[in-house]
Amino acid sequence: MKHYTRTAVALHWLIALLVLGALCVGWTMTSMAISPAKLKLFNYHKWVGVTVLALVLLRICWRLTHRPPPLEPMPRWQQFAAHAGHLLLYMLLLAMPVSGWLYSNATGYPIVFLGKIPLPTLLGRDKALAAQLVEVHHVLAIVLAATVVLHVLAALQHHFIHKDRTLRRMLSWRGRQD
Amino acid sequence: MISRQWISAAFLGLASTLLMAAPLNVGPATKSTVTATFKQEGVAVDCPFTAFKGTISYDPANVAASTALLEVDMASLDIGDPGYNAEVRKKSWFDSAAFPKGVFKSTAIKAGAAGKFEATGTLTIKGRVLTIVVPVVVSNTPAGTVFDGSFVMSRKAFGIGDPIWEDAIDDKVTVKFHLVGGK
Repeated sequence: MKHYTRTAVALHWLIALLVLGALCVGWTMTSMAISPAKLKLFNYHKWVGVTVLALVLLRICWRLTHRPPPLEPMPRWQQFAAHAGHLLLYMLLLAMPVSGWLYSNATGYPIVFLGKIPLPTLLGRDKALAAQLVEVHHVLAIVLAATVVLHVLAALQHHFIHKDRTLRRMLSWRGRQD
Repeated sequence: MISRQWISAAFLGLASTLLMAAPLNVGPATKSTVTATFKQEGVAVDCPFTAFKGTISYDPANVAASTALLEVDMASLDIGDPGYNAEVRKKSWFDSAAFPKGVFKSTAIKAGAAGKFEATGTLTIKGRVLTIVVPVVVSNTPAGTVFDGSFVMSRKAFGIGDPIWEDAIDDKVTVKFHLVGGK
């Protein structure tokens, strides 16, 4: 039981790619002048966001039913930091799309996935609330970006400095060998 | 003979004018709403006009004699974001500095089934005038007489929006109204 399952590996990298995309599009679109392209990027950002939400929920279900491989030998404080970091990542990955969804609804914009599937409107139009939600969404984006950077640095540190199997557990496509 | 006919006709006219309910005023203050719904890549966004006023003379006994006038402040459309609100006030959109009002004025009212009528009238936006037909449902509520209806209009027909927006925002815009008659 040295590797993550293929499902876990696939979900991890797919979510990583989409989150990176959503962050980049998010930063780009909010600094753009009003144009049709800006409007479209907002839609794509929302569609990527709800995809992340669905995949993260799937990932959490999977993780709860499939125990991840044990941590490599490391000091207790590092084990604690690893668990805390992952918990924080999961929470951010849920809070990020949810806050975006609520913000979109509060400004009066429903979310229609891929322009085809209308998703439930969770909130009515509410300007004051929208102003607060956009702040929350923005702060969460910064915290998420910082947490992802730490996550990547920690993985690289394990791989290149401690030379343990931490990163390889998530890179291997061999699947679990229990 | 002729003069008597004229006199009775005049009396009839006067009587029906007197019998007709006083014109009802509608506006945001009477909890009325006027909403434009635009579609961008399948996403329908309801945007309220926050300033408008109208008068409706509605006579259930003589629906054909009814009239309706609605004036909407084009600059009051709220898209939900100050940037976009400023954008639609620009020349290529509403040009609301030059054309502050969008106006619907009825020219003919045709009674339909009970509580329904069709209002034919002119819609004037950005200096262009088109005739439209709007189906209206009338209901009596404790708040007053309520007129509900909607119509679909083309942005292009009124020169609203630069062509670069064509594939981002649908040409068709649905205008919905819920007009509560106050005194």
